[in-house]
Amino acid sequence: MDIFSFIFNPFVGLYNLIRDGLTQLLLAAGVPADTTRLIVFFIMGLLVVTVVLILAPVMMMYITLLERKVVARMQDRVGPNRVGPLGLLQPIADMIKFMVKEDIVPEGVDRPVHLLAPIIAVVPVVMSFAIIQFGVGMGAVDLNLGLLFLLAMGSVATISVFMAGFGSHNKFALIGGMRAAAQIISYEIPQILAVAVPVLLAGSISLSQVIQAQSGAFGLGWFFWYIPVGPIAFFVYLLAATAEINRVPFDLPEAESELVAGYHTEYSGMKFGLFYLAEFLNTFLISAIGASIFFGGWQGPFVQQIPALGILYFFGKTILLIIVQLWFRGALPRIRVDQLMNFGWKRLVPITLALILFTAAFLWFYRGVLLFLKGYGG
Amino acid sequence: MLERYALIGLFAFAAVTFPIVPLILAFLFRPKKPTRLKQSTYECGIEIQNEAPEAESIWVQFRVQYYIYAILFVVFDIEVVFVYPWAVATNQMSAFWVIEMAIFMLILVGALAYAWRKNLLEWV
Repeated sequence: MDIFSFIFNPFVGLYNLIRDGLTQLLLAAGVPADTTRLIVFFIMGLLVVTVVLILAPVMMMYITLLERKVVARMQDRVGPNRVGPLGLLQPIADMIKFMVKEDIVPEGVDRPVHLLAPIIAVVPVVMSFAIIQFGVGMGAVDLNLGLLFLLAMGSVATISVFMAGFGSHNKFALIGGMRAAAQIISYEIPQILAVAVPVLLAGSISLSQVIQAQSGAFGLGWFFWYIPVGPIAFFVYLLAATAEINRVPFDLPEAESELVAGYHTEYSGMKFGLFYLAEFLNTFLISAIGASIFFGGWQGPFVQQIPALGILYFFGKTILLIIVQLWFRGALPRIRVDQLMNFGWKRLVPITLALILFTAAFLWFYRGVLLFLKGYGG
Repeated sequence: MLERYALIGLFAFAAVTFPIVPLILAFLFRPKKPTRLKQSTYECGIEIQNEAPEAESIWVQFRVQYYIYAILFVVFDIEVVFVYPWAVATNQMSAFWVIEMAIFMLILVGALAYAWRKNLLEWV
């Protein structure tokens, strides 16, 4: 193996090294080739899953810190700075606190539903991480239906929110859960339709192929630059995705001034911690998808020569998008529930429907012009 | 390709254990001192009032139009089943390809316009 290709792409290099080493070892030990292949596949799969599962909570913890720091700066405060240097150990302290807090289960709750809701909130988000391409060839699973899988996982959240509201035996939680369900299903439609625009432009649902289709010098191949459809689709996606995960300014399900804490009013301790985890993992996830389908994911200068740079580009773009969402939180007041539903159904849905048709007509026209020019030129 | 779905299965298994582990850890570490007051339903400090004594009182009546959104959602969600395969088939682009989708969308816009006209999209 070439030492330079290893240095330029260390993670994939390490993966290949372990896989080849393991195969050699098993074959040398006299295991039949078929069985070896199966065992190696299983072990490498476990390894990848473990890495992603360790990465996910670490990222979530530091997104919470980022949020507190950024929002504090916007509000002219300093933010957490006591635990560790610059407050860097604050998330760990938070985690320990979640662990040792008493778990209060009120009388009259539907116990299995109450317990299952936070678990179901976390599961689809973690599964979505299987699809994300963290760098060149660095997705855990390169599924050919990647984006469809992500959208399917995203819609499972409705169930968990409704279960939490329904099982809590509390008026606030019930109303919060009902509102959340209505909001999530309403904003799922513009989100799905906005994602269809990059799919049209790339001609593929596979996330890695959508990223591949955005190559081009200086990021000119990013779908965001396909004016006018790219920017509009991106902003619709950003708004709808923000609403989908109930973040400010669309955090009506947990509107503190009217519903206490919405669907997680009756949750405490680690169960509340799981909702918190799901919310921040979701923030990362929608930013990562947005960065991948509109801003080229790991595409960037010199990424063909030095694939390791792709990781930096991907995380850089993702963190910028997360900061945009935090900026929403710092700048915008919460909107009213009727405004929310009107905006979703009467503005975003017609816009996205028109956008898809326009993109298709434009693509067809563009291809016709290309064909015509080719024929004309000889 | 099947191998990839096996990996997704592995992920599903791991994703289920992922939230259960901290729950078990928290179960081991946390204090357990339930009192009656602590376990009462979150309210303004008094017992929940029963308007209909035989019924459990947390069940609030919710507007029936709420379900209209669910029905509309189903209409549009099924559309996606058609839009995504169509969007991937860009190699078969033709005038028919565009017009076909235009007709399909017109039907959907019809449904939306009907709901709009009937004021079903108003959250009162």
